Amino acid sequence: MSSTMQGARPSRLSALQGWIDQRFPMTRLWKEHVSEYYAPKNFNFWYYFGSLALVVLVLQIVTGIFLTMNYKPSAADAFASVEYIMRDVEWGWLIRYMHSTGASAFFIVVYLHMFRGLMYGSHKTPRELVWLFGMLIYLCLMAEAFFGYLLPWGNMSYWGAQVIVSLFGAIPGIGESLVEWIRGDYYISDITLNRFFALHVIALPIALIFLVIAHILALHEVGSNNPDGVEIKKLKGPDGHPVDGIPFHPYYTVKDLVGFIVFAALFSCVVFFAPEMGGYFLEHANFDAADALRTPEHIAPVWYFTPFYAILRAVPNKLLGVALMGGAVVALFFVPWLDRSKVKSVRYRGWLYRSFLIAFAISFVGLGYLGMQPPTTAYTNAARILGAVYFAFFILMPWYTKADQTKPVPDRVTYEAH
Amino acid sequence: MKRINVFAGMFSGKALSLVCSVGLALAVPALSSAAEGGKLQEAHVDVTNTASLQRGARNFVNYCMGCHSLRYVRYNRLAADLGLSEAQVIQNLMFTGERPSDTMKIAMRSDDAKRWFGTTPPDLSLIARARGANYLYSFLKSFYVDPTRPTGVNNLVMPNTAMPHILWELQGYQKAVYEGESDAEHSAVRKTFKEFELADKGKLSPAEYDQFVRDTVNFLTYVGEPMQIERRNLGMRVLVFLLVFFLFAYFLKKEYWKDVK
Repeated sequence: MSSTMQGARPSRLSALQGWIDQRFPMTRLWKEHVSEYYAPKNFNFWYYFGSLALVVLVLQIVTGIFLTMNYKPSAADAFASVEYIMRDVEWGWLIRYMHSTGASAFFIVVYLHMFRGLMYGSHKTPRELVWLFGMLIYLCLMAEAFFGYLLPWGNMSYWGAQVIVSLFGAIPGIGESLVEWIRGDYYISDITLNRFFALHVIALPIALIFLVIAHILALHEVGSNNPDGVEIKKLKGPDGHPVDGIPFHPYYTVKDLVGFIVFAALFSCVVFFAPEMGGYFLEHANFDAADALRTPEHIAPVWYFTPFYAILRAVPNKLLGVALMGGAVVALFFVPWLDRSKVKSVRYRGWLYRSFLIAFAISFVGLGYLGMQPPTTAYTNAARILGAVYFAFFILMPWYTKADQTKPVPDRVTYEAH
Repeated sequence: MKRINVFAGMFSGKALSLVCSVGLALAVPALSSAAEGGKLQEAHVDVTNTASLQRGARNFVNYCMGCHSLRYVRYNRLAADLGLSEAQVIQNLMFTGERPSDTMKIAMRSDDAKRWFGTTPPDLSLIARARGANYLYSFLKSFYVDPTRPTGVNNLVMPNTAMPHILWELQGYQKAVYEGESDAEHSAVRKTFKEFELADKGKLSPAEYDQFVRDTVNFLTYVGEPMQIERRNLGMRVLVFLLVFFLFAYFLKKEYWKDVK
């Protein structure tokens, strides 16, 4: 090995890089999506949740793989195999708590991520597809969470699945047969558990991964929005890069790392000190094994479904209730076309949009709370009012976004160096 | 129990009528006395108190394990977590020739139990997580004489429980004292529970009995999640690590972002 020539020749590592780049666009992809992806420099707190959602997805996949190694998807063994993981598998309890906490964390992060979009108009032209891919991710995530919730085969898993699957029975004509087809049986059984397992560990994770890739590709095609809703690509410097943009790596990788550590600390507080989170992340009734003859005292879905559940319960007619519950999710798909405002960011919108957005947020949280409570008359009436507010946000959107008094949007993003 | 019929008005179909009918069946006996139960008592358990856990294990094996298994708990895990040697566990807690790596199963068959008690006594591995320590503590302290029941006792926390007052020898028998008018026809509805009165003394004083129950519930709390002490200890170390990591990451970020004007 001659070492005298090393200064002049490319190092072995860069030779390897060249070898790969001639055959696969490794360096190009890295540059396009990371080191030369120019993101606006004025991202604030709300912009952590995109990368955090990706982190949680990876966490769920990795912990899920290890859970699968010891979990048994059968009605006879499922509950016991979870306890086996909790007690006998080395670090099994940690992996299981990370997975169960990760499910709730996923929804917290995604809800904040979606609210960020509504706040700063990230759904508006040219980012409609980013929004739509995001909504599909959200749908898959709900399905993924629902299927996963049956797997521990606790009594709440069982009855929760029973209730949610039976909702499809409301569809006129085909309802009952559809429910049977989903369950594969006349009741939630071993057969149902098996297929939910397949969907939870294969079908939906694959769909999620592809949709996340599509979401990011669509985003990188048009570039990121920002709290000012200014298109940074409109003002480029002599180097051809947006003057208000900075390379994602290292600036946002290092910034998101800080955000990740804060998130990890909060996440650890739950995993290590309150894994049940007072019954909200792991419900008490789920520590009883599934029992087809004994209902839990109060069946309620896990917290992330309760806003929609409250809407369902608020409607006296079953079919209409199911339709409105579905509509509450579907409405979000149309936001890019319901929003007629000239400006994107709430910073330059008027009091109308601000009021509606705040009312919407309150209604969502309020419905979430009501969905966890037993339905008294007062609560049901409250859910009706909040449900009306929820839908008003969408139905009236074409009007109030247009009628709103907007402020002029600056040419550059607002940013104070620190 | 009253919340059970959440779905009654909303869903039809076979499955849901099953939910409702089962729900009603469970709810009906509970309704008359649900209001009497009052608040649960604080158990004040402490799973770091190893001596209490050891006493609890002894209580459980001697008094509960005739009927209740701990099918997810292994004897040798118990030994390790409770600071006992395997020999001590074999001598004090294992009486029927199991191996230390066996789980704490019982000999009573489910069919027999159903014939004798009307229901199978549940496995108690996770009972503390399903019901909470306060519930168990209050339950074991709330048996009272009720000649209308086949066991001669009833329970304020779980009305019409099939479980006999196993600990009568220790606690004695207590009577429930009620307040308010007694209406011959609707007595169960009108009267409200006031307090218990010890009718027959047991081997233990009330304070000793409380401690006995507390130790047992403490043991069950540990059994529900054997790694809980380890979990909290590891959590502290993880948080300390994250704090240090945060400082490095924060200043690294500051350093990079100095250039962003």
